[in-house]
Amino acid sequence: MAPLLEAQHVRKVYRGGDGLLREEASETVAVHEFTLAIDGETPSFTTIAGESGSGKTTIARLLLGMQPPTAGTVRYRGIDVGALDRGQMRAFRQDVQAIFQDPFEVYNPFYKIDHILTTPIQKFGLASTKAQAAEQIDEALRTVGLRPEETLGRYPHQLSGGQRQRITIARALLLKPKLIIADEPVSMVDASLRATILANLHKLYTDFGISFIYITHDLTTAYQVSDKIVILYHGTVAEAGGVEQVIKDPKHPYTRELIHSIPAPDPGNSWIEEEVEEKDVEVSDQATGGCRYAPRCAHAEARCEQMPPLYRLDDGRVASCVLYDKQEKLDGGDLTQIIGTTSNEE
Amino acid sequence: MHRLDQILYYLRENPMLGAGGVLILFIVLFGTLGPLFVDTELARPLSTTSRLAPSWDHPFGTDDAGRDLLSVMVVGVPLTMRVGLLAGTVGLGVGIFLGFTSGYLGGTFDTIVRGVVDTLLTVPGLVVLISIASTIREEISVNIMAMVVASLAWMWPTRVIRAQVLTMRERAYVQMAKLNGMSTMEIIWKELFPNLLPYLAALFANAVNYAILASIGLEALGLGPQNDPTVGMTIYWAITFSALIRGMWWWWAIPILFIGLVFVGLLMIAAGLDELANPKQRKAV
Amino acid sequence: MSDSAREVLLDIQGLEVHFETRRGIARAVNDVDLQLYKGERFGLVGESGSGKTTMILALLHMIKTPGLIAGGRAIFDDGTDLLSLRGDEVRKNRLRRVAMVPQGAMNSLNPVMRIGDQISLTIREHGEEGTKQELAARVTQLLDRVELKPEVAMLYPHELSGGMKQRACIAQAISLGPQLILADEPTSALDVVVQRQIMQTLRELQLQLEATVLLVGHDMGLMAQFAERVGIMYGGKLVEVGSVTEVFRNPQHPYTQLLISSIPSFERRGIFKGIPGVGLSLLDPPSGCLFHPRCPQAMERCSRDEPGLTSLGTEGHVSCLLHEKEETHGTSA
Repeated sequence: MAPLLEAQHVRKVYRGGDGLLREEASETVAVHEFTLAIDGETPSFTTIAGESGSGKTTIARLLLGMQPPTAGTVRYRGIDVGALDRGQMRAFRQDVQAIFQDPFEVYNPFYKIDHILTTPIQKFGLASTKAQAAEQIDEALRTVGLRPEETLGRYPHQLSGGQRQRITIARALLLKPKLIIADEPVSMVDASLRATILANLHKLYTDFGISFIYITHDLTTAYQVSDKIVILYHGTVAEAGGVEQVIKDPKHPYTRELIHSIPAPDPGNSWIEEEVEEKDVEVSDQATGGCRYAPRCAHAEARCEQMPPLYRLDDGRVASCVLYDKQEKLDGGDLTQIIGTTSNEE
Repeated sequence: MHRLDQILYYLRENPMLGAGGVLILFIVLFGTLGPLFVDTELARPLSTTSRLAPSWDHPFGTDDAGRDLLSVMVVGVPLTMRVGLLAGTVGLGVGIFLGFTSGYLGGTFDTIVRGVVDTLLTVPGLVVLISIASTIREEISVNIMAMVVASLAWMWPTRVIRAQVLTMRERAYVQMAKLNGMSTMEIIWKELFPNLLPYLAALFANAVNYAILASIGLEALGLGPQNDPTVGMTIYWAITFSALIRGMWWWWAIPILFIGLVFVGLLMIAAGLDELANPKQRKAV
Repeated sequence: MSDSAREVLLDIQGLEVHFETRRGIARAVNDVDLQLYKGERFGLVGESGSGKTTMILALLHMIKTPGLIAGGRAIFDDGTDLLSLRGDEVRKNRLRRVAMVPQGAMNSLNPVMRIGDQISLTIREHGEEGTKQELAARVTQLLDRVELKPEVAMLYPHELSGGMKQRACIAQAISLGPQLILADEPTSALDVVVQRQIMQTLRELQLQLEATVLLVGHDMGLMAQFAERVGIMYGGKLVEVGSVTEVFRNPQHPYTQLLISSIPSFERRGIFKGIPGVGLSLLDPPSGCLFHPRCPQAMERCSRDEPGLTSLGTEGHVSCLLHEKEETHGTSA
């Protein structure tokens, strides 16, 4: 049976410049190559992590069918997302939902927040009577810890960021999706609320069996909620595997530097005294053909001029670095085998 | 009730809108209630003594042909407003349709519309209007006047609406609407259109203003409806009969006063609506 | 960090900043007392709306209407009350005594001026004279302090990376040798690795210049690693001040306790503890202690009485009725 949603060798390149006045139009490779499938049967919680420019938001948009890939395909239950007919599109939108980063911009300021809840019910025919719809909305709001009487009937600017974000989660819930793609759902929310909202999302995973693709730059929150993690760097997958392995024992030089650079909320660490291994170099967005991290990498060598494939390490994870070129390559660069839907955690 | 309170409160904070509204309301009342107090038959030529300066009997005086100018204004102002409204509505209507669709859909359609609009906007409007008006063989009625003026009134709204739609298209709530399964038409009408309402109202006020001035301009040149006592035609007659030199100031001053009131009123409404439409300009709430 | 009596650089007493709105007055900074020592790194933490940014803007007279400084003093070590400065004195104060690296500073660099020119312009605008060579040498020295090569002086902002731009902003901020540097989330727009490098640079130059750095932000991890003392703000009030080790390991105020325990870390997985309740509204604040509606340790008197300041030694204070005996409770000034 075809997986719920999959990206097959997806690549996204943006062309800048017009190629008229210059020799070649400049190209930005937002996503070099990405292959991952999410099974619809077993729930999974996967993080796609990266800093700005890593391509994580682009991957989210490609998976949601909001942009077409330059190469490769995104398939919903086996059908190309760009070629869905109306009925299939409806099913797609019901099965795969999204939560975005900015809890204010997603609301049309002309309408009360109810609009964002009643529209999906109406468009997807989820309720046959007004009473039924109200009931569904009430239930969804309560599930995310909100009181309907305090939130319904208000305008977006009358509610706090945390409340607005929770309403978008309630909205995603109404459709009872199989997969929610959450793009930085807590980065614009106050610290005190982050934990609560993440708890909500995790509960949806454990209690309701909804799969998640969690997009973030914050590895600590990724560590809290997800089982598997993919680390992106400038459009390429640097490392991927179980969240315990990758975070506690990173193998790719970039992941190592990344983890070590996160300031721990525990005074007395040597974070500020330790020398940073990475070189402070301006990295261009242009595709240079080799390992994207090489210009900054302390271990860079001649072999890095070739883009390294993903190698399988002994503990089951993968890393794309020549340091591990003695290992077997990951077949077709397909992360599904690593991310998998077997949530066996140590 | 809450909405009404909000509206009244807002009018206090936005004096432009309030003052403009009052002015236009006065003009409208003048035209609609006027006939109840004034004998409109006196607007016809030869209905009364000619060349009288303003007096108690004839508050606005009379012209060369024996028309009582108060009656003329009472009849003419609504006619002029009608031209403005008709032309403004047609202009805005076409502008909304073309602006929204080309802005949202993009592609070839957009390129064509944009090209046509940008080109036509460079042509001097008055010249076009004069050419059209002077080639019409039949008697120009008020409605035909309106259509002539409307032929140029749609371009600016199209351009401006298209620009707004381009920025709104990328907003997160539009993405959200797509994810909610809304179709393109639904997104345009339910998500984009309501947010532009104050802006569209301002555009409408401007379009009406433009139409009125354009029609008065044409009429003052003699290209208007010869038998209707519109404001513009009154000015035409005043010029033709050298009212200025002859000291019959009431003949040209009063129409100009009314034009001024209408223009300023609509301008203030447009400015006030502009402030409503652009939250950044709104004073801190 | 010396143990003996430390010299106070800035003594803030009773700072009040109000915002006048249609619906009433919002006390964005509510009777804040704080002493900053010379040469220390102080972290000011709070969530959005806590007043932390407003406070540092007040010190530089950068509050815009409808906000206004409603009261208080900020005595600098040379005796001047920063809040009472007027006119030209205000401008002179900026950069000489107190400098600021605002949020998103890297975006406010003049895009059509070379970095070196911008810095020398700043220096000259503050009345310092010098020949072209002298200024150029000074610029090179400043760039070196923030670990930028001299060649950067000839570059335009768009030719620099985010991290380099931020370093240039810091160089500009320290160009007149201020004793107090206010940094408002200087690294929030930067990648984690670059952030670390910038914070290391900031620490280095702070030690060299013997200046005091007040770092404003909400990233507790960053505070833990950079600051020596931290202050926690809630609803405009400074509810706790203490050494970084004490505040993180043994927080005294219930809000701080909840805040610390809600920080995600790599130590524990899957434990999600947020702070219950909804953030407070400055226009309709709770009676008594601002935190009492959300406080798990709230007592009956917390809804009536406002807590004063209970000293915790030289390191700081806590503002909570739990630490006050009934009879020693004082009203806020």
